[in-house]
Formats: sequence, C-alpha cells, structure tokens
Amino acid sequence: MSVSDRLDVRKTYKLYIGGAFPRSESGRTYEAFDAKGTFLANVARASRKDARDAVSAARKAFAGWSGATPYNRGQVLYRVAEMLEGRREQFIAEVMAGEGLRRSGAGDVVDRAIDRWVWYAGWADKIAQVHGSANAVAGPYFDFSLPEPTGIVATIAPQESSLFGLVSVLAPVIVTGNTAVVVTSYSRPLPAMTLAEVLATSDVPGGVVNVLTGDSTEVGPWLASHMDVNGIDLAGVSDPDLATALEEAAADNLKRVLRPGLPAWDVADPGIHRMTPFLETKTVWHPIGV
Amino acid sequence: MSTSVAGVDDVTASEPSLRRFLAGLPGVDQVGAEARAATLATRSIKTTAKQQALDTAISMIDLTTLEGQDTPGKVRALSAKAMRPDPTDSSCPSAAAVCVYPDLVSAAASTVAGSGVLVASVATAFPSGRAALDVKLADTRDAIEAGADEIDMVIDRGAFLTGRYSQVHDEIVTIKAACGRPGREPAHLKVILETGELATYDNVRRASWLAMLAGADFIKTSTGKISPAATLPVALVMLEAVRDFRLATGRMVGVKPAGGIRSAKDAIRHLVVVNEVAGPEWLSSRWFRFGASSLLNDLLLQRTRMLTGRYSGPDYVTLD
Repeated sequence: MSVSDRLDVRKTYKLYIGGAFPRSESGRTYEAFDAKGTFLANVARASRKDARDAVSAARKAFAGWSGATPYNRGQVLYRVAEMLEGRREQFIAEVMAGEGLRRSGAGDVVDRAIDRWVWYAGWADKIAQVHGSANAVAGPYFDFSLPEPTGIVATIAPQESSLFGLVSVLAPVIVTGNTAVVVTSYSRPLPAMTLAEVLATSDVPGGVVNVLTGDSTEVGPWLASHMDVNGIDLAGVSDPDLATALEEAAADNLKRVLRPGLPAWDVADPGIHRMTPFLETKTVWHPIGV
Repeated sequence: MSTSVAGVDDVTASEPSLRRFLAGLPGVDQVGAEARAATLATRSIKTTAKQQALDTAISMIDLTTLEGQDTPGKVRALSAKAMRPDPTDSSCPSAAAVCVYPDLVSAAASTVAGSGVLVASVATAFPSGRAALDVKLADTRDAIEAGADEIDMVIDRGAFLTGRYSQVHDEIVTIKAACGRPGREPAHLKVILETGELATYDNVRRASWLAMLAGADFIKTSTGKISPAATLPVALVMLEAVRDFRLATGRMVGVKPAGGIRSAKDAIRHLVVVNEVAGPEWLSSRWFRFGASSLLNDLLLQRTRMLTGRYSGPDYVTLD
C-alpha cells in the first residue's frame, strides 16, 4: 500500500477550558490558512459564553494554583518546558506553516519559546525576593511586603508571533500564581492549541490556563467588562480604538491593564516587567519579641 | 394518566384499601419520563422571558440553611438576604421564605417580621425522621410556637419502603393536626419524600399520592442531605402527581424540589417543566418553591448580567 492510499487523519481543533477540550458553545468554526494562503485547519471560534466559561474555570483553579508553593509552581512549569521540548518538531512545523519561516528560522523561534518558558519557570521561587522587601519601620515590628497574584488575567496574545509571543505573555502571568484566559492569534492559532495539549498533559491543573481561539474584537470586550476578571493584557490588540475601548471597559472593576506593546515582550531580556503588573503587595506587621 | 378517586376517605379508610390504591397507580415509564424531562430542558429561554423567569425563580426560593454550624447570626443574615436579595436593586423580588432548623425559627421570624417573607422550619427529626412520634410532634410544636409559617416534615422512609403505608399516612395526618395556630390559618405542611431513598419513580408517584391523600400542602423532593436530591425527572413525576390529584379531588398541592439545584439554568428548566406538566397556575411561590441556598447567588449574577450587559462574579454576592 502506498502512502497516498491512507486516509488523512484530520485533526479537530477545539478550545481548552478547565482542563478539557470542548467545541465552542456556539458551534462555530473558522478556517486557518498558512502563510501562502493554503488551507490548514478548521478552528473553533470562541463566543462570549466560552469566555464566560473560561473565566469560571480560571476562578475555580485560582485557589489551588495561587496556594501552591512557589517551588511547586516552578517545578510544574519546568515540566511544561520538558513537554514542549518533546513536541519540538510539531511546533517547528506549525510555526513554519503559520509564520512562513524556513525550517531553521522556525527552529530558532521554538528554541527561544522553550528557553523563555524555562526562564520564567525559574522565577517562581525568586520573584518574592526581588519584588518583595523587608521594611524598616518606626516601631518594634518585623515588617514584610510580599507579592501575591492578582487573580484572573485575560490576555489577548500577540497576533504575529503565534508561539514565542504567546509564551512571552502567558508564562509571566501564571508563574506568580495567577490563572489565565488567553485569546490566541486569530490567523495563526495552531501553535497555541498544541501548547494547550502540552499543558493538558503536563502537571498544570485544569483551569489555570484556558485557551480560546477566535476573534479578539468579539471576545475581548466581554473579558474586559467581566467583573470577575482582575487583569487584562492587551499585547495583541493592534487597533488603538479597540485598545482604548477595552481599557475603559476594564476600568469598571479596576482591572490591572497592560497596554499594547508595553512592556516589550519581544526582547532578549524581558526582566520582571511582565510579572509585576499582575501582582498585589501584601504587607505584614509582625510584633518583635517578648 | 386517568385516576379517579371515588372518595379520599374510602381510599384511606384502611391499610388494605390504601395499599390497593397505591399499588393500582399506573407505573411511571422511566425512559419516557427522563426523555420528556431532557426534551423540556432544551427549551431556550432568552431575553425578556429569561428576565421574567429569573425574577420568578428568585421569588420562589426557600432560602435554606440546615447545617450543624448554623448560628442565630447566620440565620439573621440569611433572612436579611431573603428580604432584599440584591441590596443594590430594589426591583429585585424577595425570596419566598427562609428555611431553618426549629431552634433558629425565632431568630428568623424576628428578622423577617412584616416583610412578607415566610419562615419555614424543618421538623420531625429532620433529616432521617428516625424518632418516636411524640418527639416528632414536640419538634413540630416547638417550631410553630417559635413562629414558623411552614413546616417541612420528613416521611418515615423505612415504613414506606416496607409497605406500612398507613403508618406514614397517619403520621402525616397527626403532624398536620399539630400545625394548627390559634387565631390564624394553620401552618403550611410540606412533606419531604426524600426521593433519593425511594429508589424508583413508581415509589415517588406512590409517595406523592400518599402525602397528598394525608393532607400535605406541598410535596418536597429531598432533605438535601442525600444524593441524588432533586432531579428534573423526579420533579416531573411529582408535578404529574399534583396535576392528577387536582383533577381527581379538586385540591391543589404545591411542589418543592430541594437540594442540588445550583444554577439559574437548572431553575429555569424546572420552571419550564412546571409550566408544561402542571400548568401555569403552579408558576407562583404559592404553589412552587425551590429549596436552595447557592441557587440564589447564581440567579442574582444572571440577573445582574441581564441588567448591566456584562458578566458579574462571585465577589459581588454574599458568601453564605
């Protein structure tokens, strides 16, 4: 039997919500094409109700994930990097197709993405030392300020860089204990769904990361106005009017907002600037002695 | 189903006649009942109909707390919530009642006095019902004296399952007699069948008829302490029973599913079944109630979502 006699095993792309892979509640899909315009796959087109479900899944997962020890979170995220490495070839193929890169270029992108994930994983048990402090106060107290996760962060992922960009905005959000709802690149959604498969088969609890493929102009406003979302990252919003509208909607419950492009994620050393916006500072006063 | 009750007195006159009547009730088609409930559950209720359904459901809630850790403070807080479920919106209807243990009735009654919200109390050795009749009667009288407007009694499931129907019947009649309040109409009696322990839909139908024949004002699915509690097919079977009972006797009896109804969507599905099976007359808090605690929060979140056009979250409702 020659190769061409085999039937294609076509993949059904779905959403990733609460550790499961449901179809969109709306039943809608859209077509994703490669850089040359050839059909790649039918992808689920998330609706506002999928966004709602993703937010409740993220809320359910928040207590467990934020309550895990930083060391444990770091180990879990490092495990994700191991799994990413195992799927290297698949990611390279998807990045080549989606972003129109040659094999070597796509290999570089995937390497950078995995390295960045490992780099952020290492921050899990270090961010408190760097961003927290022991405060000198005018009284007999040990006084500490500690960073704690904000809660649920909704992220509009970068549209062009479908894997490296996604990793660069997602990892800093969850490493500190937040849970995330991500809207992927609209035209290049496949690496994000493969990342979701990696997350589902690593030790990341269901609901910590929820991945929605679809149109951020449709889903974004619902996430921005959602009263149970605590922060929103507009990294992938290119239309300034939409960015402003989302920021205004986000103001109703005082969400923490990252505007498009700032702080830069596409740099060799992103520093802690993408982690700190989604942290709250808790200060503890502890009486000394007796 | 067409059942004609020649005379309630004839049926309940003796153990054999009661048994003959209950055994003669047509069996429930299990597959049919579940399929019918599942079909009705797919009804789409949107926009203004949904708004109306949410408000109706809120007004039907018996806001319940039945925990060993209940305190008068918690009951007062819950009563305040029943009177004004959404403190930011005066157009939000109040709940039908608060449902508590007998020793906490006075705390609830003093809080809701004059507001139109009723006080329901479980009684008769809730939730197991395993106590002597004297104890059950004392339990009931305590609740009535403390100011309960409604009594939620449990039936003796052991007696029912062993076929001692008269014993169950007579117990309900006795408790009903204890619900009298001097100078006022008697407290409403809700009879809890605990359908999760009755094993079959046939038994649910028989227990429903037995309770109604004994004078129940409401039949209630569950204590909430046993799983499964209220399910849609069970509610459907009980609604058929109250419909048929009215056709046979002319008396209307209410239905109260309790336990396990946590989402607004579930509640709306129940309302659809009420409307389709029993009829629109049952769509009021006089004839249909939800025994629930967390359901109210979800209804309020949905209501807020309809009114503001954005999703709300658990930070904006009380922790009960």
